[in-house]
Amino acid sequence: MTDAQDQSAGTVAEAPVDPFESALRALDGVRDVSVDHGERVVRAARGSLADLMRTLRGDPRFAFEQCMDVCGVDWPQRAERFDIVYNLLSVTRNDRLRVIVTTDEATPISSVTAIWPGTAWWEREVFDLFGVIFDGLADHRRIVTDYGFEGHPLRKDFPLTGYVELRYDEEQKRVVYGKVALTQEFRSFDFLSPWEAMTTLPGDEKADPKAGSKA
Amino acid sequence: MSGTMRQIVPVTAPGRDSQLERHTVNVGPQHPATHGVLRLILELEGETVVRADPHIGLLHRGTEKLIEYKSYLQAVPYFDRLDYVSPMCCEHAFALATEKLLGITVPERGQWIRVLFSEITRVLNHLLTVVHLALDVGAQSPSLWGYEEREKLLTFHEAVSGARFHANYFRPGGVSKDLPAGLAEEIWAWSESFPKFLDDLQNLLNENRIFRQRLVDVGIISAEDALGMGFSGPNLRAAGVAWDLRRTQPYDKYSEVEFDVPVGRHGDCFDRYLVRVREMGESVKIIRQALKNMPEGPVKVQDNKISPPKRAEMKRSMEALIHHFKLFTEGYHVPAGATYTAVEAPKGEFGVYLVADGTNHPYRCKIRATGFSHLQAIDLMSKGHLLADAIAVLGSIDIVFGEVDR
Repeated sequence: MTDAQDQSAGTVAEAPVDPFESALRALDGVRDVSVDHGERVVRAARGSLADLMRTLRGDPRFAFEQCMDVCGVDWPQRAERFDIVYNLLSVTRNDRLRVIVTTDEATPISSVTAIWPGTAWWEREVFDLFGVIFDGLADHRRIVTDYGFEGHPLRKDFPLTGYVELRYDEEQKRVVYGKVALTQEFRSFDFLSPWEAMTTLPGDEKADPKAGSKA
Repeated sequence: MSGTMRQIVPVTAPGRDSQLERHTVNVGPQHPATHGVLRLILELEGETVVRADPHIGLLHRGTEKLIEYKSYLQAVPYFDRLDYVSPMCCEHAFALATEKLLGITVPERGQWIRVLFSEITRVLNHLLTVVHLALDVGAQSPSLWGYEEREKLLTFHEAVSGARFHANYFRPGGVSKDLPAGLAEEIWAWSESFPKFLDDLQNLLNENRIFRQRLVDVGIISAEDALGMGFSGPNLRAAGVAWDLRRTQPYDKYSEVEFDVPVGRHGDCFDRYLVRVREMGESVKIIRQALKNMPEGPVKVQDNKISPPKRAEMKRSMEALIHHFKLFTEGYHVPAGATYTAVEAPKGEFGVYLVADGTNHPYRCKIRATGFSHLQAIDLMSKGHLLADAIAVLGSIDIVFGEVDR
């Protein structure tokens, strides 16, 4: 899939894996390189993210000219609950790379807007929806939610219905915010039914010859 | 590379000192030229744009959050409502992403139908964009003509899915139904008449003096800037980067069709227009190849754990009834994993970053909207131009707010 310049890879050990991967591993700040469904994923250290990204953009072995997408994923049970995911694309080498760093609510991540100016809005969006702060991002305004919105809606602890709703107020002759009032309690079914999960049904032990001999 | 050739010509009205007249204009959110609900704050010096600050999010519906609470099948219709000008291509990205996580392959015929309808959708989208761009700069008749052609294509959408826009046709595992009898011939007949329309449209616009005056050398973006801003699709190709996901990272049957990738040179509004018009011609080529090469056979995976059984079968077979019930209540469980899958939507790279946790609904579904990156560059592209040019730039980058705001 990727035939990175072999001369650079030749210097990195014998590496039975492909030379591109070992070149990635040799970079500062790369914690882990894996392949998920045929897509290469790099887990990176937060501290050296900016340097790593600069290398990935500038080094001709990688040459990821485009950062197509920056997004967050919330895993509230973890200590560093947020994954910030960068999807990079190289149009010269026809390759994609996913870089993932983790952070929490308080720790800022260095912004990559100096490397790919187009990431400014994506970072604003991550800030808006997850509340992750980007160090070096010039514009920390909310982007997709309303002016004066409170909270970060894509966090898992933010309810789907939100906290406020809009209505038109006849007396004030304008649209006002009010608390969300649900006529029916919000229902979320978990469909983790025994259909797939339950492999041994009551009575199955009778069919099992070993269990039968024990009895 | 003409990367540094951006020229900013200060325009000063005679007899006036534009320096004294710096003011801010609020365009939108309800304005026909903003192609939806865009609030554009323009800082002007005289009539020259100094800074453009788009405020988006007025159509934000929380699609990504909603999808986290829906089963995979229920998530599909949300994609129609993103880029409502090219609904099927958005579904395509989600369907491909889910299929990748499920590890299933769509039958041949299903893949060809998806290629066919992706291209029909592309023509649908480009027709709207091109004629609206013409409308934005003052030409009214193309829009009337274009809508007539669009109407024919929407009939095809309706024939396969029952809906003109919100098709819900591409599903993980294939498409929902096979083509109805006679539709292939109708599409073929359309593909024979359409190139004539395309020629007429180009005759009307390409050499039109007003059209050219409004678009040539307006809103120039260099290849380097376009890459940095995350451009994709026709906007990137107009800037001179030959990059088309259908060619470079083919999905479904795109590796088996022949087509050219039109590439611009100047990266201005006119090149963006030209690339789109040429692309429509290429789409017709692909449509004809898809119709020719399409084999008979199933259109979706034959595993009833993923695609619902036939209605008639349900009436007789208990097992089919159970499958149907389970699919439309619980849905299927997708093994844990993550994928970023992108398609070449008419507007550019439309990607879905899908994280599955093994349950029946996505853990996270990030939608990489094409217009989001393009709109961001409006400041870069309209700086130094007149206010009216900012509208032309906006029209030329093909924005749909359903997708930008999500």
